Formats: sequence, structure tokens, C-alpha cells
Amino acid sequence: MARSTFVYVTYIRTTQQRLWSALTTDTEFMKQYWFGTQCISQWKAGSPWKMVWPDGTVADTGEIVAADPPRRLVIRWEHQAKPEIRGEGPSLCTLELETIGAAVKLSITHTIERDPSKFIEAVSGGWPKILSNLKSLLENGTAVLTEPYPAGQ
Amino acid sequence: MAERPDTDALFRALADPSRRKLLDQLHAHDGQTLYQLCEHLDMTRQGVTQHLNQLEAANLVATVWRGREKLHFLNPVPLQEIYERWIAKFEKPRLKAIADLKKRMEKANG
Repeated sequence: MARSTFVYVTYIRTTQQRLWSALTTDTEFMKQYWFGTQCISQWKAGSPWKMVWPDGTVADTGEIVAADPPRRLVIRWEHQAKPEIRGEGPSLCTLELETIGAAVKLSITHTIERDPSKFIEAVSGGWPKILSNLKSLLENGTAVLTEPYPAGQ
Repeated sequence: MAERPDTDALFRALADPSRRKLLDQLHAHDGQTLYQLCEHLDMTRQGVTQHLNQLEAANLVATVWRGREKLHFLNPVPLQEIYERWIAKFEKPRLKAIADLKKRMEKANG
């Protein structure tokens, strides 16, 4: 079966509970590391989920497949905003949190049942910046990047 | 998995041509098994395993078990951190000018 996957891992000096909130319910915090984007949901299995860009566009929709706070979250995630990506259908995003020493290991696995996938290409470029920002915001209180594509890049 | 990988481990992991080649291979085709990675490298299986362990310790490679297969994925998050810490803050236009000059010179020589 054709499939595209990426796996991203980062270690953040924080607690599982704090990281879980940063990834789910704390939308004001989320906006700071996700370039103004928010994900809105009740964060329970079966609840709808959506991602809203700063201009109000609903970029992605889906539902929570599984939620086991503060350990594991699975989102069925389908892109809506860009026509060339929308046709690719749903993807599955799994977030896993595990405490290792003084840090929390955050693993993100994003999979779609097709290869190649424009969707996977698009999100794989965004996640490292988001995760890097999230890490410095939780550890140092400031996000490094304030926009995803700073001038001059 | 012991403790959080630090910057030294990251740069040490990058300071080896075989390990950089492994990263290039994963960049070209993500999610490979040890067997698949060995196919394209002039290295023993044990050698590749050791390099992969170092890359994993530096968090540059993430592994996932799928059934009995261990798949290796390129994890670019630490590279993004290097980029932000060591490149983004320096003046980019000048770096670009130097890179362009180098390209032009090398082209002229070749």
C-alpha cells in the first residue's frame, strides 16, 4: 500500500501536562508558536477538530480519533484551503508525549495513504519550525521565529 | 533512550561523511529499513548500525517499528534549531552574496 509518512521528534524541558495544554486547549499559547494559527476542538475522541489560519480561513478539518491526555492524541486531519492538496483525502496525525528525565519527548507521526503526497510535503516543511518555536517558547519564554517565512529567505 | 541529546552530540553526529550520506539517503527516501540503507552504502551492516545509533542518539533519526521492521526516518527538528541558532541570526544577504560568488568562481574554474 502506498503511503507517505514523516516522523518528527523533539525533546522539551517541560512537563507532559504543560506540553499537552500547549498542543490542545491553550489556543492563546498555540498562536504564539504556530504563527497565529489555532486548532480548535474539545480534544475528546469523536469531537470535531479544525485548524484556523490567522485570517480566519479554516485550513484543515477532521476529528479526534483518540485522546489519552497527557500521553497520546490522534487526529484525522484533512486539508481544505488549497485545491491542489484538498483532493488527497484524510491524513492521520499521532502525537505522543513521554517523560524522559527532565524533558518530555514529543513524537509526531503524520501519515497519508498515498505516495507521493503534496499534503505531506507541505506539512513536513512547517512542523520543524513550529516545533522549534514551541520548544523555545516553553523553555525560554520566547519564540524564535515570529513569521514562518521571514523576509530575505 | 538516556537523556536529552545535546548540541555537542548533534555536531559530532554531523561530523562524519558516512552519517551525512545516511541522512541524504533518508532525505531522498524516508522510512527505510537497515537492509535498504545498507544496499546503497559501501559499509558493513555493523558499521551502518553504529552510525544509525549515533544519529538516533543525536535525534537526527527517529525510528518506528512496523510489524517486525524497524523503519528509519530523518528528523529535521534539530537541524532547524541549528539553523535558527547559528545561521538565521547572522546577516543573510551577505551570506547569500558569498555563496553566489563561490558558485560563480567554481563554475569559472570547472
